[in-house]
Amino acid sequence: MSFVKSLAVSALALAVAAPAVAQDWAPRKPVEFIIMAGTGGGADQIARLLQGLIEKKGLSSRPFIPINKPGGSGAEALRYLQDKAGDDHTVMMTLNSFYTTPIIQEDLGVDITAFTPIGLMAMDTFLLWVNTDREDITDLDSYVETVKAAGLDWKVGGTGSGQEDSVLTAMMEAAFDYDVTYIPFPGGGTVAKNLVGNQIDSTVNNPAEQMEFYRAGNSKPLVQFTGERMAAFPDVPTAKELGVDIEYYMQRSVNGPPGMSAEATAFYTNLFEELFNSQEWQDYCTSDGLTCDNFMKGADLANFHATQKVAHEKLIEQVGAKAITGE
Amino acid sequence: METIFVSLGGGLMQAFEPLNLFMILAGCLAGLFVGCMPGLGSVNGVAILLPVTFLVPPTAAIIFLAALYYGAMYGGAISSITLGIPGASTAVATVFDGRPMAQAGKADKALMAAAIASFIGGTVSIILFTLFAPPLAAFALKFGPQEEFALMLLAFATFIGLGGDDIPKTIFSILLGLVMAAIGFDIISGQPRMIFFDMVELQRGIGFLVLAIGIYGIGEMLWTLESTKGQVQMHNVKITWARFKENLKEVKVYINSTWLGSFLGFFVGTLPAAGATPAALMSYGLSKTFSKDPDSFGKGNISGVAAPEAANNAASTGSMLPMITLGIPGSPTTAILLGGMIIWGLRPGPLLFTESPDFVWGLIGSMYVANVATVLLNLALIPVFIRVLAMPFTLLTPIIFILCVLGVFATTDRMFDTWIMLILGVAGYLMRKLNYPVAPAVLAIVLGPLAERSLRQSLISSQGDVTTFITRPISLTCVILALLLVSYPLIQRLVRRRTAVQAD
Repeated sequence: MSFVKSLAVSALALAVAAPAVAQDWAPRKPVEFIIMAGTGGGADQIARLLQGLIEKKGLSSRPFIPINKPGGSGAEALRYLQDKAGDDHTVMMTLNSFYTTPIIQEDLGVDITAFTPIGLMAMDTFLLWVNTDREDITDLDSYVETVKAAGLDWKVGGTGSGQEDSVLTAMMEAAFDYDVTYIPFPGGGTVAKNLVGNQIDSTVNNPAEQMEFYRAGNSKPLVQFTGERMAAFPDVPTAKELGVDIEYYMQRSVNGPPGMSAEATAFYTNLFEELFNSQEWQDYCTSDGLTCDNFMKGADLANFHATQKVAHEKLIEQVGAKAITGE
Repeated sequence: METIFVSLGGGLMQAFEPLNLFMILAGCLAGLFVGCMPGLGSVNGVAILLPVTFLVPPTAAIIFLAALYYGAMYGGAISSITLGIPGASTAVATVFDGRPMAQAGKADKALMAAAIASFIGGTVSIILFTLFAPPLAAFALKFGPQEEFALMLLAFATFIGLGGDDIPKTIFSILLGLVMAAIGFDIISGQPRMIFFDMVELQRGIGFLVLAIGIYGIGEMLWTLESTKGQVQMHNVKITWARFKENLKEVKVYINSTWLGSFLGFFVGTLPAAGATPAALMSYGLSKTFSKDPDSFGKGNISGVAAPEAANNAASTGSMLPMITLGIPGSPTTAILLGGMIIWGLRPGPLLFTESPDFVWGLIGSMYVANVATVLLNLALIPVFIRVLAMPFTLLTPIIFILCVLGVFATTDRMFDTWIMLILGVAGYLMRKLNYPVAPAVLAIVLGPLAERSLRQSLISSQGDVTTFITRPISLTCVILALLLVSYPLIQRLVRRRTAVQAD
C-alpha cells in the first residue's frame, strides 16, 4: 500500500515539476564531448576532469561522453563538428589548433568563426622540457648551443604539424636560427612519455602533461613562455627575462557546432560557468599552471576567437607555414 | 619482495571489505552484459556507469570500474561465439574458431574455453603485474617508434599463415585492409587523403567496427543463408553436470595456447602503443603457427578460442600498467578510468605507487578477486547464453541483422557508416565465395594505422635511414623474430614435402 502511495506522490510531484522543467532546455540524450587531441594530453585531462565534475555535481541529466578525435592535428574533430551543424548534443574542448589547423589546411573547408562559442575555461601555458639525464643542458644558452651542434639530429616531439607546440617550435627555430627534426605523436601524454624514455630530445609541453614526471625527477623545465613566472614554477626563468621575445598561451575553450540553438547554448554556457567557478576547477588551475581569472562567454568569446584567428594568421605568415609542417 | 607481499596482503584485505566485494560483483555483472551487446561496448558502459562511482569512496569506485572493464572483456567473447559478431576489436580473433564451434553444436565448449582461458590470462597477468610493475614500466619507456614498428611487423608476421595456402590471396586481403585504413586524414601532415568521389563523410575514415561487423555479421549471415538455403538448424546443447565435467577435462587440450596467450598478452598490453587487440591477434596467429594441426584453425579448433581470449584479458590487465605509471591510457576504456582518477585527486604517474599505495594495492588486490568472480559468473551463465542458439534460424538471422545495424549506428551515430557496413558485408560475402581469406583484411585495418604512424615517426627521426630498425637492440630482435616467423611455415612446408617425397 505504502508503495502505491509513494508512487502516486512521486507521479504528482512529476506532474507539478514538469511545466517548470519544460521552460529550460536540457539534453535529451548523451552529449558527445569531443576532444580535438589524443588521450593523456592536456586537453584530454581537462575534458575528463570536467566530465567527472558534471557527473559528480549532477549538472546534466544525461552523461557527457568524452570522445578523442586527434586525427590530422584536430582536422578530424573540426570537420566532425562542422558536419554536426545545428546539433544540440555535441560540444568540443578546443586548443589553439582550433585556429591554426584551418589556416594551414585550406582545403579543410572549416570556418571556426561559424562555431557556437560556449565558454573559455582557462589559458594554458608552455614550458621547454628536456630529460633530467641531459646534465650538459642546464639553461637556455646551453640548450641552444647543444641544439645547434646537433642540427637535424635534434629531435623535438610534438602533437602534430599545425598544433600549437609546432607553432612554438617554429617560433624558436626562427628566434635562435637553428633547424630541428619535429616528430608528431598522437597526444601530449605520449610526447611526455617519449621524452622520459629518451626517444626524443626536447619538447614544449603544457605543465599538466609533464607535472608527474617533473615531480618524479624525470624531466626538467628550462624556460617558460609566459609574461611572468608561474606560481607552480618559481625558479624557471621566462623567455622574456632572458631577452627572447616569445610569449605564447593556449586557450582552452568549449565550443558547439555552427547553428546550435540559443536554448542549448544557454544551457551549456551556464553549465560550464558553474564548473569554472567550482573549487575543484580553480584548484586544478593552480596546481597545473593554468590561468583561470574570468569566464569568457558569448560575444566576448566570439571576439576573442576572431582576434586570435587573425593573430595566428600573422604568426604563421611570419614563421612560414612550411616551417610548421616541416616541408 | 617482502614489502610486495605485505602490500598485496593489504590490497586483498581491502578487496574483501563488504562494499568493495559488492562493487566487484556488480561491476563484473554489468561489464559482462555491456560487453556481450555488440555496439554498446565497454567505453559507453564505463562512461554511463561513471556516476555510480561518485556514491562510494575512490578505491571502491576504481575497483568497480576495473571490474566492469574485466567483465566486458569476458563478455566480448560471448557475442563472438554465439552470434558471430565481435562486440569489440579485442574479440575479433575469438570469432575465427568460436563461431564454427557454435555452429557445430559445441558452443558450451567454446564459451567454457573462453572463460577459463580468460581467467588464466587475467591471473597470470596480474601476478606478473604485482611482481614486476616498476621494472616493466621502465622497459615500456625503451619502446620508441622504431620498436613499435618492429612489433607491428611481428604482429603481421604472425598472421602470414592465417590465410591458408593461397599466399597471393592473403596478401591481396591485407592490402585491401591497409587501403581502407589509409582513408581519412594523413597521420603526419594532417591532409585529407583517399577521399573517393570527394565524399566528405570519408574524411573520418572507415572504423574497424564497421568492417568487422560488416564482414562477420552480414557477410557470414549471407554465406550461411546461401550454403544452407535457410534450412539451418542450430544445435541446441543440453548442459548436464556430466558434460560440464567432460568440458573441464578438455582444458589440457588448449592449455599451451592459453599460457602462450597469457604471457604474450601481458607483455604486449604493457606497451602503451599496442593494447589488447594486437595481443589477441598475435596470440591467435602464433598458436596456429606452432600448432601440430594448423589446418584445423578457423574451422573450430578450441585452441583458437583459448589463445586470443587468454591474451586479451592478460593485455587488459597489462594496459593498466602504462595508465598507472605513465598516465597514458592503453585503451578508450582505461582513458575513462584515468578521468575518474583525476577527479578523485589521484594523478597517475611514476609517483602514484609511493604516494597512494592504498589505492594502487587496493586496485591490484581487487583484480585478483574480480578475476575469480568473473570466471564463476561466466561458467554459471553459460546455459543462459546457449539459449540464444536454440532460437530458430529464421528468428536469429533478423535479430543478428538488427544488431549489426544498431551496433554500427550506436557507435558512430551516422547512417553513412551503416551503409558502408552493409556494402562491406556484401563484399565480405563475395570474398568468402571467391575463397579470399577475410581475417587478414580485418587485421590490417586494426594494425595498419599503428604501423604507419610508427614507421613514419621512425623515418622522420632517422632522416630517412631505414637501418634505424636494425641498429637498436629491441627493434632488431623483433625484426629477426618476424623474419623467422614468416619463413617458419615455408620451411615447415618444404620439410613436409621432402619427407613426403621420401616416403613415396
